[in-house]
Amino acid sequence: MAYVVPRPNLTWKEKMYLPSIVAGLMVTIKHLKNMLSGKTKVLMQYPEEKWDAHMPEHYRGAPTLVKDTKDRERCVACQLCEFICPPRAITIVPEEIPGDSKWAKVEKRPLKFDIDMIRCIYCGMCEEVCPEQAIFLRKDYAITGITRAEMVHDKKKLYELGGVFDGLVQKWNPLK
Amino acid sequence: MSTATEVQMLNVQIDGVWLQFPKGTRVIEACKQAAKFIPHYCYHEKLTSPGNCRMCLVEMGMPKMTPDRKPVIGADGKPEIGWIPRPQISCAQDVAEGMGIRTSSPMVEECRKGVMEFLLINHPLDCPICDQAGECKLQEYSVEVGQGESRFLDHKVKKPKNVELGPRVTLDAERCILCTRCIRFMKEVAKDDCIGIVERGSYNSIACHPDKPLVSNYSLNTVDICPVGALTSTDFRFKMRVWFLKEAKTIDVNCGTGANITIGSRENVIYRITPRDNDDVNGCWLPDSHRLNFKYVGDERRLKAPMVKGEPVEWRTAIAIAAEMLKAHSTASTALIASARATNEELWLTRRLIDELEIDKQHDVIPRIGEPDGMLVAADRNPNTTGAKLLDLCTNRPGYRLKKIADGVRNGSIKALVCLGEDATKAGLTEDDLKKLDALIVMDILPNKTTAHATVLLPASAWCEKRGSMINVKGRLQRLNKAVNAPGQARDDWEILRDLIQAVSGSNGLYLIEDVFKQMAAKVKEFANLSLSKIGDLGVQLLDEKKEEEAAK
Repeated sequence: MAYVVPRPNLTWKEKMYLPSIVAGLMVTIKHLKNMLSGKTKVLMQYPEEKWDAHMPEHYRGAPTLVKDTKDRERCVACQLCEFICPPRAITIVPEEIPGDSKWAKVEKRPLKFDIDMIRCIYCGMCEEVCPEQAIFLRKDYAITGITRAEMVHDKKKLYELGGVFDGLVQKWNPLK
Repeated sequence: MSTATEVQMLNVQIDGVWLQFPKGTRVIEACKQAAKFIPHYCYHEKLTSPGNCRMCLVEMGMPKMTPDRKPVIGADGKPEIGWIPRPQISCAQDVAEGMGIRTSSPMVEECRKGVMEFLLINHPLDCPICDQAGECKLQEYSVEVGQGESRFLDHKVKKPKNVELGPRVTLDAERCILCTRCIRFMKEVAKDDCIGIVERGSYNSIACHPDKPLVSNYSLNTVDICPVGALTSTDFRFKMRVWFLKEAKTIDVNCGTGANITIGSRENVIYRITPRDNDDVNGCWLPDSHRLNFKYVGDERRLKAPMVKGEPVEWRTAIAIAAEMLKAHSTASTALIASARATNEELWLTRRLIDELEIDKQHDVIPRIGEPDGMLVAADRNPNTTGAKLLDLCTNRPGYRLKKIADGVRNGSIKALVCLGEDATKAGLTEDDLKKLDALIVMDILPNKTTAHATVLLPASAWCEKRGSMINVKGRLQRLNKAVNAPGQARDDWEILRDLIQAVSGSNGLYLIEDVFKQMAAKVKEFANLSLSKIGDLGVQLLDEKKEEEAAK
């Protein structure tokens, strides 16, 4: 059903538009004055200056992989993040941890862990779904590259960005 | 399956509804037929019930009896039931006249919750690592009937992990819930009693006999029936999570049994093959040798482009040159080797090609005979010999004419040879013999000694890359389905054959595999009134089973 938008009935003053233009100019002049006197700072000299310190706690930047304080991989290649990822940016190839390894008990780790940052939409589903708390969205937002291949973060790069994360993780839980 | 004596029907009340079941039906089966959900681990319909997992507890009752052993009739005219105060396991009990069953009473639900808690006491929380995750009964029932949290605070019992039970099966004893399905399978079905339970109490663990590893050709079935991730396939271990697998219902082509299978693939790569239930063919089992024989499909060396004398050409050119060569040779100097591994549709088109070329009696298939194992591996290792016989691609003795063809090639009377999915060197010809031919037209999937000498090479599809039908040794018509795509420019075999027939004779207007079947059904009386869709997932009995078995002997 068609719906007719009612038009406002303007007074003769409003119809002239001049008062509104003047009011608008006043706002502009106020800002100009503040800027000239150094009261407000409008420009930030990016990338020398950055806004990073003001980023909120919940900011969702690039997804990364983290290690624990003992330099152990947290990811067990369960591929849940690959499954949940809406743009299918994650590709994991799992592998068995060789029996002679110190961490052979964990059995499984990612051989390859690629996140295609061209595809990634920074939704944070991977972080939410991870049962081992191995993937976190950190605050890196300036993910750039010259080629498509460069934009695919491999396992090494992901650990580089992720760093260390402390806290109890199920698979290291002695009570398990 | 008709028995002379009539089976006695018993009245059973399930969740307040009176139903009838034949005598001898297990309570759990009766509940299943009544569409009632009963979680269970140790019970398997093809095995005996030891009743050890305690998961299938239900409330049971028998009719109340008057002192003179007459059932008390209630107000509704039905016998009144005296409920047993304790829960009973439904898997080890047959139905009885007037029996009452409650599958979802508060007591039953409490029992299930309790049993789940006990089962999970020592079960590790390694679902993210475990291969069974996604198809694990413990996971499913834990969500459905279990409770969210564990009250168990002590250390879990440590048991051996990553134990090689046999060459193809890996055991993780920590995950095992001791349902003994694998033990019973090896004892009762595979007839190779080699697994058992060792240690005591909490340390109970599955183990293999020290001198008798799990080497049976049916060992991977234990992995299928394992309700948890204790037994895993060494081949599939950590390769892919099951929820990614796209499943295609098809049949096995490694022998004449035609076992029903499901192919699990992801992004055009096959990861595993599992048996599919069909009581008329393979029950729910599959031999290891058959289930692991799929790696060649994804081989790097697969033929990807049509070639003429070793040079890649376009399909159109390859077909035209092949037709030209066939037309240039007289009927007497042309022979054809077909394959009993091809589908009926392909064999039908091959038959038509033979008719067009008028080379009747100068064609045959290559037989493959192995040792039968008395269970699911048939002596005939070709999946469709019956179809080849029915469509007159070979005599009642497959391979009978091969010697004549080989002699003809050797003495130069045969100048053109067509090999459809078979290696001519397996038909008694040597590579030197093949060099003598003017025209060698080969359709295959992988390079072999024949493809090396092919004048025209036509890359075809593997069995899991095409649709079609096959007839097993018992005369059952079953359907192949497509699981993955053929690599490169390789095409469906039937399309290649259609184009070849078209180039040799003229238009024939077949555009769908269904049309090929329709055409075949119109001409071959055994296929009358059938279509690919009518075959269904479980197949139809096409020929007399006994007659086929005798013919095979």
